[in-house]
Amino acid sequence: MKATKKAKKNASAKQNIMGMLFTAPPVILFLVFTLFPMVMAIALSFTDYDIINAPRFIGLKNFKRIAQDQFFWISLKNTLYYTVLYVPSGLLLSLGAALFLNSEKRMVGLFRTLFYLPVLSSSVATATLWFWILNPQLGLLNGFLSIFGIDGPAWLYDSKLAMISIVMMSLWAGFGGNMMIFLSGLKGIPLIYYEAAKVEGASRFQMFRWITMPSLTKTTFLVSTMLIIGTLQVFDQAFVLTKGGPGNATITLVYYIYNNGFNNLKMGYASSISLVLFLIILGMTIINQRINKADI
Amino acid sequence: MKVRKNLRNVLWYVVAVCIATVTVYPFLWMIATSLKPEGEIYSKSLSLLSENYSLNNYAKVFQTIPFLRYFMNSLILAVTGVITNIFLGSLAGYSYAKMKFKGRKISFAILLSSMMIPGIVTMIPQFLVLKYFPLVGGNNILGQGGSGFINHYSAIVLPGACGAFAVFFMKQFFETLPDDLAEAARVDGCSEFRVFWQIYLPLIKPAAITLGIMTFQAGWNSFMWPMIVLNSKEMMTIQVGLSTFQYQYNTMFGPLMAGTVIATLPTILIFIVAQKYYIQGIAFTGNK
Repeated sequence: MKATKKAKKNASAKQNIMGMLFTAPPVILFLVFTLFPMVMAIALSFTDYDIINAPRFIGLKNFKRIAQDQFFWISLKNTLYYTVLYVPSGLLLSLGAALFLNSEKRMVGLFRTLFYLPVLSSSVATATLWFWILNPQLGLLNGFLSIFGIDGPAWLYDSKLAMISIVMMSLWAGFGGNMMIFLSGLKGIPLIYYEAAKVEGASRFQMFRWITMPSLTKTTFLVSTMLIIGTLQVFDQAFVLTKGGPGNATITLVYYIYNNGFNNLKMGYASSISLVLFLIILGMTIINQRINKADI
Repeated sequence: MKVRKNLRNVLWYVVAVCIATVTVYPFLWMIATSLKPEGEIYSKSLSLLSENYSLNNYAKVFQTIPFLRYFMNSLILAVTGVITNIFLGSLAGYSYAKMKFKGRKISFAILLSSMMIPGIVTMIPQFLVLKYFPLVGGNNILGQGGSGFINHYSAIVLPGACGAFAVFFMKQFFETLPDDLAEAARVDGCSEFRVFWQIYLPLIKPAAITLGIMTFQAGWNSFMWPMIVLNSKEMMTIQVGLSTFQYQYNTMFGPLMAGTVIATLPTILIFIVAQKYYIQGIAFTGNK
């Protein structure tokens, strides 16, 4: 009796050590590559640091400079413009596609695969392809428009249309992924709800409004949160397609942080902008949470 | 009534084909452009067909830039990421699900919270941590003198070796398995690692494959971080290489599309082979 107790105690002591050992890699990586950098980001944002010379403490000067930096405001405006255009349309498009595919028709699986195809392509590949699609003289889009006698615009070379082009491309590239998430949400709604509603004589719209929509609240919140966090950090598309141009029309906040940190080596200033962006992301996520809660 | 239903059916297929055309046609056009001779790219840019298809544009990409090297760099990085994330992610995920040890709850909660931190905040300091990592890449013990992990595969592999998502994902699957498998094995004197490796891991193989596919796709397609930490000519990944190629030769549409086809091929091939695992992964993301 005593022996088995001892063996048990021994085993649990062993488990204690092995458990800590097995979970050590992600914990150590978190400490070195997330927590420590997070603390460092806060510290750096109060310094002037160019990599060559040691960081110099300058108090709140970086943040004061941000307030007066016209390029910061331009890139913030561009980022918000992109977010406001992309998040609602991306949400509606992927939900619409999911509702459309949530059917028992033949070949529905094939269409699901085909709609999803652009998601597999990397942001760089997508942007390179769209650089060609949006070519004013030879591109696919203006070629398509010319069928209807429309003389297509210069897209990426027009400062008013450049950001809209990026939104179009992102919608094309991204809607399939969120469509799949909505589809799995739709599959989770018990059919019996709809059957009961049918017996009561509910219209299709009523069923959508009072069964489908409430059941998707959690999914909608998840998708919109991911969209917001992603769009506020948009970089790849603007970097490859337009290099921020024309006339700074597509400089985004992350692009501006990248330029400051890695091209101009203003690491302190770049860190302070990234902290501001962090607060913007946090704020927008909270607002989004409120909107979704109000919906329930 | 029946006519109306049929009409609606037809309309559904018409819309479906229209949307599918929008998503698929650009890819076909990309492939067509990559196979057409330069003259036809300008004279008949919209046409999918040509009598003079050739692989010249592909040859040109490999001659103009070290594209094969870029391809291999990306492959090495993506595959290493898959292996480390599956192994370390399942090992930790298993421990959180099935073992009792001190600090289990708190350390898992901290890992989870790290998924909330946007990547942009840690980008600059992470670069500095890698650059000033002590005793590697010519650095002394204070991290001075060399370039640390910059321009080294480790700059990608290390920070991404075991993401919080991998741990969280695997933990969910281990939790669905019964506890008594471990109890029985422990009584038989099985070591903790063998319980994990020989008894539990084989049971969640599909989940591990799903995680592997998601990790591969993310690794293969990533752009900004590789551009920052691997900037020497030989170390570039395929995405970074393609973007510099696009910047330097932005009127060579034929070779440009050939490069794009190559950069897209691996993820599409994996998707075709392993579609069911994709669906599983997406369903998981949707339900967490």
